[in-house]
Amino acid sequence: MSQKVVIIGNGIAGVTAARHIRKNSDDEILIISAETEFFFSRTALMYVYMGHMRFEDIKPYEDWFWKKNRIDLMFDYVQSIDFEQKQLDLKKGQSVSYDKLILAVGSKPNKFGWPGQDLKGVQGLYTYQDLEEVEENSKNARNAVIVGGGLIGVELAEMFISRGIAVTFLVREGRFWGNVLPKEEGELITRHIREHHVDLRLNTELDEIIDDGNGQVKEIRTKDGEVIPCQIVGLTAGVSPNVEFLRGSNLKVDRGIVVNAYMETNMPDVYAIGDCAQFDNPVDGRRPVEQVWYTGRIMGETVAQNIAGNRKAYEPGPWFNSAKFFDIEYQTYGWVLAQLQENETDFYWEHENGKIALHVVWDQTTKEFKGVNVFGIRLRHELFDNWLKNRASIEEVMANLKTANFDPEFYTHYEEAILNQFNEKSRLNISFKKRSWWRNLLTKQVG
Amino acid sequence: MKQLKTIRYTGMGIFLLGLLIFTITPFLGEIQVTDEIFKANLSENEYANLKEPLAEISKQTYNTGAGFGSDFKRVFNEVDERLKANEEWGKVMWTPSSDTALKLVMSANKGVVASNQLLFFLLTFGLCILGSLVYILTDLKIKGPPGIKNDGIYHDSATNRGWVGMLSFGWLFFFYIILYFYPYIIADTITLTQPIKSWFVEDEVPSKWFLYGLMYTVTMLVMGVRMIIKYRHNKYQIVRTITVVLFQLIFAFLLVEILPTFGLPGKDLKNAWPLDYQFLFDWNVQDLLANGQFGKFVFVWGISLSVIVVPVMVYFYGKRWYCSWVCGCGGLAETLGDPYRQLSSKKMWSWKLERWMIHSVLVFAVLMTVFVGYHTWNVFQNPEMENKEILFGFSAYDIRNYYSFLIGSIFAGVIGTGFYPILGNRAWCRFGCPLAAYMGIVQRFKSRFRITTNGGQCISCGNCSTYCEQGIDVRAYAQKGQNIVRASCVGCGVCSAVCPRGVLKLENGPEDGRFGNEGPIVLGNQGFELKDN
Repeated sequence: MSQKVVIIGNGIAGVTAARHIRKNSDDEILIISAETEFFFSRTALMYVYMGHMRFEDIKPYEDWFWKKNRIDLMFDYVQSIDFEQKQLDLKKGQSVSYDKLILAVGSKPNKFGWPGQDLKGVQGLYTYQDLEEVEENSKNARNAVIVGGGLIGVELAEMFISRGIAVTFLVREGRFWGNVLPKEEGELITRHIREHHVDLRLNTELDEIIDDGNGQVKEIRTKDGEVIPCQIVGLTAGVSPNVEFLRGSNLKVDRGIVVNAYMETNMPDVYAIGDCAQFDNPVDGRRPVEQVWYTGRIMGETVAQNIAGNRKAYEPGPWFNSAKFFDIEYQTYGWVLAQLQENETDFYWEHENGKIALHVVWDQTTKEFKGVNVFGIRLRHELFDNWLKNRASIEEVMANLKTANFDPEFYTHYEEAILNQFNEKSRLNISFKKRSWWRNLLTKQVG
Repeated sequence: MKQLKTIRYTGMGIFLLGLLIFTITPFLGEIQVTDEIFKANLSENEYANLKEPLAEISKQTYNTGAGFGSDFKRVFNEVDERLKANEEWGKVMWTPSSDTALKLVMSANKGVVASNQLLFFLLTFGLCILGSLVYILTDLKIKGPPGIKNDGIYHDSATNRGWVGMLSFGWLFFFYIILYFYPYIIADTITLTQPIKSWFVEDEVPSKWFLYGLMYTVTMLVMGVRMIIKYRHNKYQIVRTITVVLFQLIFAFLLVEILPTFGLPGKDLKNAWPLDYQFLFDWNVQDLLANGQFGKFVFVWGISLSVIVVPVMVYFYGKRWYCSWVCGCGGLAETLGDPYRQLSSKKMWSWKLERWMIHSVLVFAVLMTVFVGYHTWNVFQNPEMENKEILFGFSAYDIRNYYSFLIGSIFAGVIGTGFYPILGNRAWCRFGCPLAAYMGIVQRFKSRFRITTNGGQCISCGNCSTYCEQGIDVRAYAQKGQNIVRASCVGCGVCSAVCPRGVLKLENGPEDGRFGNEGPIVLGNQGFELKDN
């Protein structure tokens, strides 16, 4: 039985759902987006601005892909949804009916009611339209102010610096990305951001964005009363689910669209995935609203199984993430939280150049490995995924660090230095297991 | 910073001045080819044929090799046509008239370049090297701390097929056309390399290939410095760049010049058949076998290189050991060509075209070699068959001339390098190189090499695909958690370098599981198994 599946939103969540529905069924699939005609990688918008790529290069699939896979695309804006009649009202006047509806409508940059937040020159960086806007705003800009110390903030800083625009970066907390990174890592990144001539101001809050008299930003004032002239203000204090147009309907909306583990909303045949979804019952210790690329993808994979009649709960494996701060790459597996949790202990190693670091956390009593943050070293996801699933001990992880390394060939290795210092501090006496091909290790030694 | 930028643009200015002088040298000749010079340089038959018709030319003084060459060729061809029409086969001149014209200009030139060779060498090569190095070294400071510095590549008309790119293309294109087909035009330019040629053999007149080899090697050295500065945070790139530049310098340049001074054949020992398509040509085999123990060694080495060394090394390390660590074409692509790597097409149709083209060239190379090899065999073993070999109406000479012209000159040279600013830096390696095709087949089906994808960390940003010089859509594999095993991958390692999330790693390992799509793929989702996704 073929049904009509309509997906609102062509980001990673919606597109992954469409692809996997196609793999598993013969359903009619329609993706509606008001942002762009074709799917692009949101995380790569910065590279288009910086001239690393053209916009067409950040589209992961060629334009013929959709027709070939019988995924219909519609470039329009959904104004309202009639959940009873199963109908969507589109801006261009058309209406579309569905059998199954997937809401993958993403999020919007937070604006906390700052005076002047809607002036020209003030913007976030999330959509294709934001990219066009930042191009426009950059034309005559010499100074920019960025508000909010997270990942998009540092991306914007990198973007502006690449165009020779001086950046002042206001961070409310005492260190960069303070609600996510532990102190040492926050300081490492803070130093690196400053090395790139970004004027990073910690413990500094925005008070007001000031008009030049023509509706264009002229300067900002901080809570301490300092006035900083600028022609662009980047607002990057997080994002929130893009659900305003759904409020007031029968759909249950809290911060995001409320879903169960099967991505089902309270309305029959309506699902929500990606940035806009909020779990009523988050899986082990994860946040109810998860707004990263990988979770969007996993939710898309999950909802596709459910729609294809293969009932599966959202069951992401161990947490992982990655980012790049200017020149420093960051990866994380498991949980290394900003503050140690009860009964946790940790070990932090940093190279003398201050740009390479590794931070492991484990349980004091059981010695169970909890997570790792790593800067300037690459680690194997598959191996850590296995260790975390099998509750490997910190000893096992440390003894196999060499195997876990994923750096390119000929790179300098720091495992010896790390392990020596680890043994000294933790009073353990771990020695390296013979460096084996990692696949063998997976099948023979782990678990 | 401002001072640095001034220094940078000064470097650019010095380079452009050197390039300008280089480009006008062909117009600075003073060429009078007297009767004595004709007599000294032409064969007896040619001289007898041309003596009278050339009398007019020998009185004139030309300012350009082009001027002399076109007059000479006109006369030469008229005489030849007439001889052929009259069926005076004994008198017909078979030598290519362009090469003869070059030889004459080289002997007769008394222009300002020819009289001041060292000065002009310094004003061209010298200024270009100095200017480029100044320009490149400022990158160390201007581009900030070590790391991937691709800012502005698509905003720069030199690297986004803009007007500077088109000018560069035009320059390279005409240079190759002149070098291959009208070398007499640049006789003055060839002359200015005399001081360097004299280091090897006192007063030996440099050939056009000496000019080309010197330009090639110097370009790789200078742009190798640029590559090392650009990737100074990445040891794989540093080691690889130093290696490939040294192979060019030592094997393709120095040894080729030095070996003949010991009476040995000047062969590039790393150049493997079928890239070295001339290996079984009669003159090459004769040359090698006539040169004692060393010549025989080179002959046996050449065979074992292609038959044993190449496949065994590809099995253990992938074709990268040759393409991006040893090969001269690859070496130029990885140094001079690095700024253009993003211009290769990643579209599906270009992958299809690539497979048709490169394998057709391989088939052509094999057929040509078998046929020409049969001819060579006859030269040695079966003289009564010599020159009677005909395949579909073509002689062995015809087929090897077609191959030399179409593949050796047009494809590898004019298109392969001339089109860097349009097609990217590996057009030859990707679409045309028969050795790459051969190694690609081994790499795809029987090798320990792969690019491993790191679980589910890919964010589909597209840097890997964009900067893949071979036009592989790396992201298509990475975002599905699959490893990249592709015939065309030359293992330059740049996809891994530009990845912002640490997703890609070039490595050698067991053949089992090298495609990475045999079992469940770790993408961070443990709800269900995603197989070949």
